[in-house]
Parts: sequence; C-alpha cells; structure tokens
Amino acid sequence: MKHELPVTARIARVILEAEGIRSVILPVRTEVRPGQFAMLWLPGVDAKPVGISYHTPETVGFTVSAVGPWSERICALREGDLLGFLGPYGNGFTLRGRRIIVIGGGYGAASLLLLAEEALRSGLEITMVIGARTERRLLYRRRAADLGLPAVFATDDGSFGVAGRTSDVLERILVEQSVDTVYACGPEMMEKKVAEICAAAGVASQISLERHMKCGFGVCGACCVDRSGARVCVEGPVFSGEEALRIEEFGCYHRDGSAAKHFF
Amino acid sequence: MPDLSVDLCGLKMANPTILASGILGISRASLALAVRGGAGAVTTKSISVEPRKGHPAPIIITYSGGMLNSVGYSNPGIDNVADEFADVRDVGAPVIGSLTGRDEEDYAILAEKAGRLGFDALEIVLSCPHTPGYGTMAGLSTPEITERITRRVKAATSRPVFVKLSPNVMALTELAKAAEAGGANAITAVNTAGPGMIIDIKSRRPILGGRIGGLSGDALRPIAVRCVFEIYEAVKIPIIGTGGVSTGEHAAEMLLAGATAVGIGTAVHDRGADVFRKVAEELSALMEAEGLRSIHEMRGGAHEA
Repeated sequence: MKHELPVTARIARVILEAEGIRSVILPVRTEVRPGQFAMLWLPGVDAKPVGISYHTPETVGFTVSAVGPWSERICALREGDLLGFLGPYGNGFTLRGRRIIVIGGGYGAASLLLLAEEALRSGLEITMVIGARTERRLLYRRRAADLGLPAVFATDDGSFGVAGRTSDVLERILVEQSVDTVYACGPEMMEKKVAEICAAAGVASQISLERHMKCGFGVCGACCVDRSGARVCVEGPVFSGEEALRIEEFGCYHRDGSAAKHFF
Repeated sequence: MPDLSVDLCGLKMANPTILASGILGISRASLALAVRGGAGAVTTKSISVEPRKGHPAPIIITYSGGMLNSVGYSNPGIDNVADEFADVRDVGAPVIGSLTGRDEEDYAILAEKAGRLGFDALEIVLSCPHTPGYGTMAGLSTPEITERITRRVKAATSRPVFVKLSPNVMALTELAKAAEAGGANAITAVNTAGPGMIIDIKSRRPILGGRIGGLSGDALRPIAVRCVFEIYEAVKIPIIGTGGVSTGEHAAEMLLAGATAVGIGTAVHDRGADVFRKVAEELSALMEAEGLRSIHEMRGGAHEA
C-alpha cells in the first residue's frame, strides 16, 4: 500500500501564466491521469488541493492563482525553492467519443490541460474554450498555440476573444456541430450552466468539482457532498453531468474548513 | 448465518461495527456514506462549543505502522450543527454524537444542547492527545475529572453517555472505574496514542500542519486490545473496542478481549468506506467456521472463567 506522505523537491521552473497566476514545475516522476489533483504542500505552512496542469515522464506541475495568503506564498516561490505534494489523488477524466469540447473558466482551465494534450495525442477532434474575467487573467494562450490546440478564448469584458461567457460559446458550438462529450472545470455556477446545457442538448458531460479538502484521500469527510456523501477527493473530483446535477449542493453551496455552509 | 446484531445501551445495531469519531462524520451525508458502507452505528466528528477550523494540512498522513492525524477538531460548533444533523435519525443506523470540551462547563453546555438533537447516544472525548486545550493536553484524563465531567453530562441529558479514554494513561482501569462511577453507560477504548511526529528530511519540517498527531491503525491495535482486556475486568458497563481494527479477525480479537461493539476509523483509508460491511462479513464467516451462532458467545472469551 502506498503511504500518504509528501514528496518534496526543489522547483525546476516557474512559469508566469497570467496576472497573479503561476505554474511551478517539480522534477518528480509520478503517474498522473488528466483531471487528478495533488495536495500541494508548502512545508511548515499548509497543504491545499491543486489540479495537475503539467506532466512529463520526469516532471509534474501545478498552476496556482494567488487568491489568499497560502497561494500568494506559492506564487512568490522561485526556482530552487522547496515544495512538496501528496498524491496524485482523485478519479480524473475519461475520454469518450471522437469530437470533444473542453471548457475551462478562470484557473479551472489548469485541470483540463492534460486532458487536452491526451486528446490531441489520441487524434480526437477537440475545441478548447478558455474563459476569464479579462485578458490579463486569461490562461494558456501561448501553451495552446505551442500545442497546436484549437482554442476559443472568451473574456467577460470583451478585452480578448469572444465577449461573454464560456457557456454562451458552448451553446453556439452545440448548435453548429455534433459533439460527443463536453468537459468542464471552472466557477461552479458556470459548471452548472454547462451541465444543464449539455443535459438539455442530450450531450454527455464530465464536470470537475472543487470542494474544501483536508486530507485528499477520503478519510476526513470535509469534501463529502450532500446528500449522497460522495467524497469529491475519491469518487470525484470528476462527475458526469447527470451525477453532478443530482448532487443537491451543486451550484448551491459549499463548506469551509469548519464545515460551515457558504452559498454561491 | 450467525447473528451479528448488538444492543449497545439500547442502540439496535445490525452488526458490531461503529464508525469511530474523527473519520468522515462531519456532515449527515458523510455519516450516510458509512451507513451505506455497512456500519452498524456511526459517530459524528467531535463537536465543540465554538466553531473550529482545525489545524493546517496535512492533517492526516500514513506510514508503514498506520496513521497519524492532527485534524484539530474542525467543526462548525454546537450552535451550528442543529441544521446539519436535523434529520440525522433517518440516516439508517444509530448515531452517536461526539462532544469535545475544554472543561466541565463546556461539556455541560454541549451535553445539554446535543441532547436536544437527534443523536441516539453521546460520546465525550476526554482523551485527544494532540490538540492544545483539549483532552489529555488539558489534563482531562484524571479519574477525578473523568468522574466529575461524566456526572455533569449525565445530569444534562437523558441519552446514553459513552466516555472515550486515552491509551496513554497508565492507570487506565482507574479512569474506566471513574467513568462508571460517574454514570457512564459505556466506555470507548481507545483514542489515538502518542502523539507522534514524522519529519520530511528534505525540508526538515514536521509533515503534519499541527506538527504532532495521534497514532492509529496497525501500531495501535495491540495496545487497544490490551486496554479493552484490562477495562473489561475493571468495570461492568459495555466497551466499544476501537484501535486498528480493519478485518474480521481484528474485530473478533476485540470481542474476545471484552468489547461489545467495535470502532473502525483508520481502516476506511486502507479498505474503503465499505470496510464496515467487509469486516462484518469476515466476522460472520469466521464465526460460522467456529460454529458460533451469536457474537455474545465471543465477548470476553479471552478471559479465564
């Protein structure tokens, strides 16, 4: 049995992805399935769940948005600094069909990049939709170009790409072409919209949920969703659109570190 | 089929397995997960007077001997759990509300308020080894305080009261007798041992966010079995044997030591959230092979008549 202990290494590379969003690459060999996450550990400080956004046989990388004291400290790290992680954890996405759409809102796009890479390698027809509030916060423009990934960008304020929401882009695509599976990760209200659009259009979807996690491997119960008790860290974080829509709290509320509810 | 059912202080359990406090149990849904996994009864994560965020992560790590946890009693506080556990009675198995306080006054408040919720029994934790201000770190593991707090809690509620004890105390049987004298309906033995620490040698930092953590799993089991064995000879009230149980054989060991029911926590990690059903099925097969019809025939079997 694998023990739940962190692997610690010196950061090999830091990538400035967008304003306040950085990726850190660790020289650690590990098996990763697209859509899995790790508990990223800043030694002596805290560990939090972060989607795995980079992976090669020799490296693993994470994209972090500076939204609080912990993530600000992660984003201030430099090459050579020590960082650890436990995992990878979670079920990950499953590629289904020939023609897929991958939708990332905000830093949610980070959890979808490995899926997009795998889809390209498998020769699937893929359109990636990446959204953000504004151009300065938009992720992976260069990386999408480097990968040759067909991408549509959308910003809320219209400063780059399509003006509007990623879900609007999805609705337009679904009218124009037939799609086998839609994958989404981002703000929960956007995810719910995507799941509902797909359900109405009869298209399969897979949604990656974010919940407060403490252990990451199914023991502490912090990420159990109402009312089934499914653990987002073990049974998730990826749920089919139908499963997600059956989760009572999906698009409604989530819990904090003391398990108190917060409504979206 | 051997009869695995247990009546624990009026709690009607389909089998002797109980989800131990601290694993899952933070919400009604997480209790339901354990019930679907076959638990005969479930215990909530410990509830304190004030809301607590708990310690920074990692809060749980595992190693070859078991698990270290430093959860730090994260919970929304007694005044905010009424909504969470409002319909806990329909979860499908008896529910034990775990309460943790800093002193006698805390426990009186907790017992009074928790007694009005839908819990079938209350468990009071006088034995956490790793949270400053609570359990053994607050000096709650003495016979005098154990008896006094148990008496206060009993006076504040009509529910059965279980007292959870620490394996770190040499005079364990004195504590068990004190709990019994205070009116406890059962003893939960034991809490985690230690605390212990694991250090990451690259960063030279303790891995747990709370630095130290309670030890559970395989390393704890022989200690827990010994504690149950000793307590069984010291008191007449039932014992919930808890510590490192992950198989039917381990459960049988606990029953033979004198336990009436068996707590399971750490094994959720090793064997999944349906570990309760697995343990019950293994226990049933083992009893069938031994020609036993009821688990009452096993209880205390390791003691000389």
